[in-house]
Amino acid sequence: MNELKAKPIYLDYQATTPTDPRVVDAMLPYFTEKFGNPHSRNHSFGWEAEDAVEVARGQVAKIIGASAKEIIFTSGATESNNLALKGVMKFYGKKKPHLITVVTEHKCVLDSARHLEQEGYKVTYLGVKENGLIDLEELKAAITDETALVSVMGVNNEIGVIQPLKEIGEICRERKVFFHTDCAQAVGKIDLDVDDMKIDLMSISGHKIYGPKGIGALYVRRRPRVRVIAQITGGGQERGMRSGTLPTPLIVGLGKACDILSNEMAEENARIEKLRDYTLQRFRDRLEDIYVNGDEHVRVSGNLNISFAYVEGESLLMDIKNIAVSSGSACTSASLEPSYVLRALGVDEELAHTSLRIGIGRYTTKEELDEAVDAICTAVERLREMSPLWEMAQEGIDIKSIEWAEH
Amino acid sequence: MAYSEKLIDHYENPRNVGSMDKNETSVGTGLVGAPACGDVMKLQIKVTPEGIIEDAKFKTFGCGSAIASSSLITEWVKGKSLDEAGSIKNSQIAEELALPPVKIHCSILAEDAIKAAISDYKTKNGAAEVDAAE
Repeated sequence: MNELKAKPIYLDYQATTPTDPRVVDAMLPYFTEKFGNPHSRNHSFGWEAEDAVEVARGQVAKIIGASAKEIIFTSGATESNNLALKGVMKFYGKKKPHLITVVTEHKCVLDSARHLEQEGYKVTYLGVKENGLIDLEELKAAITDETALVSVMGVNNEIGVIQPLKEIGEICRERKVFFHTDCAQAVGKIDLDVDDMKIDLMSISGHKIYGPKGIGALYVRRRPRVRVIAQITGGGQERGMRSGTLPTPLIVGLGKACDILSNEMAEENARIEKLRDYTLQRFRDRLEDIYVNGDEHVRVSGNLNISFAYVEGESLLMDIKNIAVSSGSACTSASLEPSYVLRALGVDEELAHTSLRIGIGRYTTKEELDEAVDAICTAVERLREMSPLWEMAQEGIDIKSIEWAEH
Repeated sequence: MAYSEKLIDHYENPRNVGSMDKNETSVGTGLVGAPACGDVMKLQIKVTPEGIIEDAKFKTFGCGSAIASSSLITEWVKGKSLDEAGSIKNSQIAEELALPPVKIHCSILAEDAIKAAISDYKTKNGAAEVDAAE
């Protein structure tokens, strides 16, 4: 609080990541001297850009075990998710109007599902277990002869838990239902293979993996072929699934970001996991009554979502202005509701208000985490001294035994 | 969210944090809000036999605006009579701290807290006053 000009510490890698300087270097020539339209078929400027796009397509395909022809470039994972859900349901929906997804999906999946519902499609929203994972038996039971698509995210953006993609893929293939997975938070964090996991569609984001903002991809399986109705129409680019001139520099950047991950992700994730475990241990050594949200082991290395009981999240964020993290507290959301993901896990509402998401990434150092842990712990201690709930807990009063006037 | 300097000052340097013995007859306690809603305020007043609030303490679980609102109201009620303190309006708190519209409920909670504390004090001491009148 005293060091006004201290360098801020970025621990919000699930929100976005800085573009890797190697990615920027790869992109730069495509803004200026190699500026051609990749769809110009009759001159070298176009060919040069097209070549670059196709290299990038291969780099993106490689990291998920796909072939380059199965990659469609989009503006980001939100567009990819919209295209996957609406595109598949509108193509197959006459015979199979049923979609299955999960309550903890990203808002863009849930909102696409809601729009489909309004248009008359049927949607089943699977719940999750206390650890944030879906129940495979529940999924099996939900699939009917009318089900066209199952959409389950690879890694949750708030709590970082990893869904059992391979098992879900098996179930879907057996029942001849397409399987879409939003892997915006999963690419580069876990090993992905669309054939091994029997994934039919996969959404990918650029800016979550040290690539640029404004670019993403949708993997669409060719064998057996998945058909989608385009949501953006025009010149028929991207095999008719997504019209619009391809943004060559952004695509080159996404490709380079995937290429870096193909070479470095194992090492990077091992380093981040050590930092994450170290950070959690330091919190546990200093503070009591803290709870990790989501499965502690089946989660990506860079995500730590902790509830600091008896301290409201927004006030905690105000105290640690120098540290960029996010909170599941209602006061940090426009809706004034606590995180729907945490509530879906059955986390008590009062604990949902006390959560922080700490995201560790490529450029995070141990020193930064030490500083962040110290600052957060000091803030938690200060705010607990001010918290009537903490006082009651210390006196042995059960907060749940009090009749609160909810407002 | 951009907060006013006054609000940040009350959040960073809250006045009158603490607790008093709630069993003492001269102390009135108000506990309002709910943990599930993300804010709980405990406000206590110590009242002289003449009916003047000589001290006030608070503890708050809630966002920065809730903490600042409770800190401010403890400052305002000190030295006031129960009637004066009970007539403080949430709009005055909201104006003083320049609360953004989504945080107005924090000032309402502070108004509720002082009213609850006064009512608790009066309930505790009501019997004694009746005795004295007889």
